[in-house]
Amino acid sequence: MSATKIYVFKRFERFWHWSQALLIITLLLTGFEIHGAYENFGFKTAVVYHTTAAWTLVGLWVFAIFWHLTTGEWKQYVPTMKKVDAMVKYYALGIFTNAPHPFRATQLKKHNPLQRLAYLGVMLLIAPMIWFSGWSYIFYGSWREWGWDKYLTLEWVAFFHVAAAFMMLIFLIAHVYLTTAGHTPTAHIKAMITGWEEVGDEEDAAATK
Amino acid sequence: MLKRLSIAMWLLAGAALASNAPAPMPQPAAPTAAAPAKKVSNSTADHSKFKELQQTFKTGPDVTKACLSCHTEAAKHVMKTKHWTWEWLNPENKQRLGKKNVINNFCTAVPSNYKFCTACHAGYGWEDDKFDFTNQNNVDCLVCHETTGTYRKLPGLAGHPAYKEMEFPPKSGKMVKPVDLPKVAQSVGPTTRASCGTCHFLGGGGDAVKHGDLDTTMKNPKRYLDVHMDATGLNFTCSTCHATLGHNIPGSRYTPTGKETGDAYMRGKTKDQAAPATCQSCHDQKPHKVAGVTDLLHIKLNEHTDKLACQTCHIPQFARGQATKMSWDWSTAGRLTPEGKPITIKDSSGHHDRYDSKKGDFTYESDVVPEYIWINGKVKYTLLGDPVNTSGVTEINHFDGSPNDEVSRIWPVKIFRGKQPYDVDNKSLLVPHTATGYGEKDDTAFWQNFKWEEALKTGAAAAGRPFGGKFDFVKTEMTWPITHMVAPKEDALTCTQCHSKSGRLQKVQGIYMPGRDGKPWLDTLGWLAALGTLLGVLFHGGLRIYIARKAG
Repeated sequence: MSATKIYVFKRFERFWHWSQALLIITLLLTGFEIHGAYENFGFKTAVVYHTTAAWTLVGLWVFAIFWHLTTGEWKQYVPTMKKVDAMVKYYALGIFTNAPHPFRATQLKKHNPLQRLAYLGVMLLIAPMIWFSGWSYIFYGSWREWGWDKYLTLEWVAFFHVAAAFMMLIFLIAHVYLTTAGHTPTAHIKAMITGWEEVGDEEDAAATK
Repeated sequence: MLKRLSIAMWLLAGAALASNAPAPMPQPAAPTAAAPAKKVSNSTADHSKFKELQQTFKTGPDVTKACLSCHTEAAKHVMKTKHWTWEWLNPENKQRLGKKNVINNFCTAVPSNYKFCTACHAGYGWEDDKFDFTNQNNVDCLVCHETTGTYRKLPGLAGHPAYKEMEFPPKSGKMVKPVDLPKVAQSVGPTTRASCGTCHFLGGGGDAVKHGDLDTTMKNPKRYLDVHMDATGLNFTCSTCHATLGHNIPGSRYTPTGKETGDAYMRGKTKDQAAPATCQSCHDQKPHKVAGVTDLLHIKLNEHTDKLACQTCHIPQFARGQATKMSWDWSTAGRLTPEGKPITIKDSSGHHDRYDSKKGDFTYESDVVPEYIWINGKVKYTLLGDPVNTSGVTEINHFDGSPNDEVSRIWPVKIFRGKQPYDVDNKSLLVPHTATGYGEKDDTAFWQNFKWEEALKTGAAAAGRPFGGKFDFVKTEMTWPITHMVAPKEDALTCTQCHSKSGRLQKVQGIYMPGRDGKPWLDTLGWLAALGTLLGVLFHGGLRIYIARKAG
């Protein structure tokens, strides 16, 4: 099988992805330390890093949202149920039998249908949970002044924050593993580093039509 | 009892002694002659030059008379204060407090023991319940304002110092020299740590017994012991914080400020709503200096001030200079040798008694980690006649507070635990008659005859309480907010001393603390799901590798 390469991830996307990865891992490490799960940085440092990383991520997201809106790349995350069954079948069976990958990335469709759903889930469920609970947490000192204390308790803000953190952790584990489930085990990773994705030849591609 | 701190500061206000910045040393005795090398006093008056004080005083009241001949209004000031009345009506719950009325679990109570206890009264001659509170000459100016350190009111003399050489304590073989009244009278100046400490460091019957954060190590404390009073540093006196107005001294356990919400303000400015003795009156509501919006640490620390008293983090332990008494069990008092002699037994430190026939069993501890409670400023005492909890613990003083009332903060406290006599029929605390006047023989005094029934009967009669003679001992707790011995900032608590599952605040309810709290089921579920995902992908990946190898 000869491999073809297409340019999938533009420079900003790759920058966004890797800096976001670094920030999320930092947030998980420091966050679970603050939650009392383990000790590493020291509580004080963990709190400062966590807050700094959170604001940095906010800034990054502002740029990313702007970029997606202006480039039209937001369409990449419009969900589709088409071929979801094929993807599930592929991960459950095909991948073991060297069956062709049912999805062939193109510049217009860089995520397979499962990815679209997963990333949309991250953006619509986990992220809002993280952000709203996180901001409430950060501005705890101003609750009284702003009247938020009538509606919020730290106990439940923390609950949603921790719950979302677990979801993010689970996403991260699955996500890191699934990077090896491309056309070749390193195809996705290389693509995210260089921008160029090795995709299957024409034969495979037929499956995505 | 902080009210004694600078009782007669304003006696001397006319002479402008009181308003100066802290001097590097405890206020010096005024110089007697113009010696060239001598440092000029900051004071504008040298009391040794006043002819009113150049006389041979016979008694303390004679000195007071001389003081009042210039400081005409001073006694009127003092007579309004708790230092004089030993009485205070709590406007909130109408409880009549003050040393005259409260009963504690140290030496317990004043009635029937006046001549002994009033060694710490800012007055002379309080021998029984017939003391004349209107006689200005009975005010003791010297106990707060003399600066020689030689003026000592002896227990048993009803507030007087020794006017002639006498054996003290009685039958101890130790002799006490008579006080040099002209000398101490001419030495007067603003109050000092030592002068306030004359009583407040020795409360409860000895050095460091009562408060835990006030003892004689505070006379000349090093920086680690008290960052403000540091004798070679800021050198605060008690009245730097407990700034008086008309001899009235702010800052009291009877009306504590649970949550100070006012801003910082200049010393000397009177504000009705704020107590000058609070940390916030100087340090403001945002005491940690924030370098800018990126100074996340200090922003976060300042956010802690809504729930935490400054003292909670900044007094990591109390009794850091010497051990303080932590418990007192009166029920074992009265054990005598076969010959009928009282005994004392030293504890392992060799410095303190762990048993004294007169008082019972004690424990002492140093560098004590406080307990922590919510305090909103409302205090209720268990007074004579109030019911005791015979099956559990009776709170001598209950500090009210709650995480939700907006006026409470979490405070460090010393909880002093004891056992003391109560009336089985009336289920209320009893006053033991323990002490007597100097050299007096009294068969009913516990410290002479070691018989509880007699002592309790006399005590009850003096307190005006009925008592049928049936008594037992009840467990009591007395709570002392810790506010002195503020440590340097580098010794403040670190985050995880509270933000951890077994931290100092583990028993404090009503707040969510990251690192301490959470929903265990969420954590279990979360970690299981994460672990499941990890195992799932490892299995999936392993299977891929296995099949690929087999095929390849």
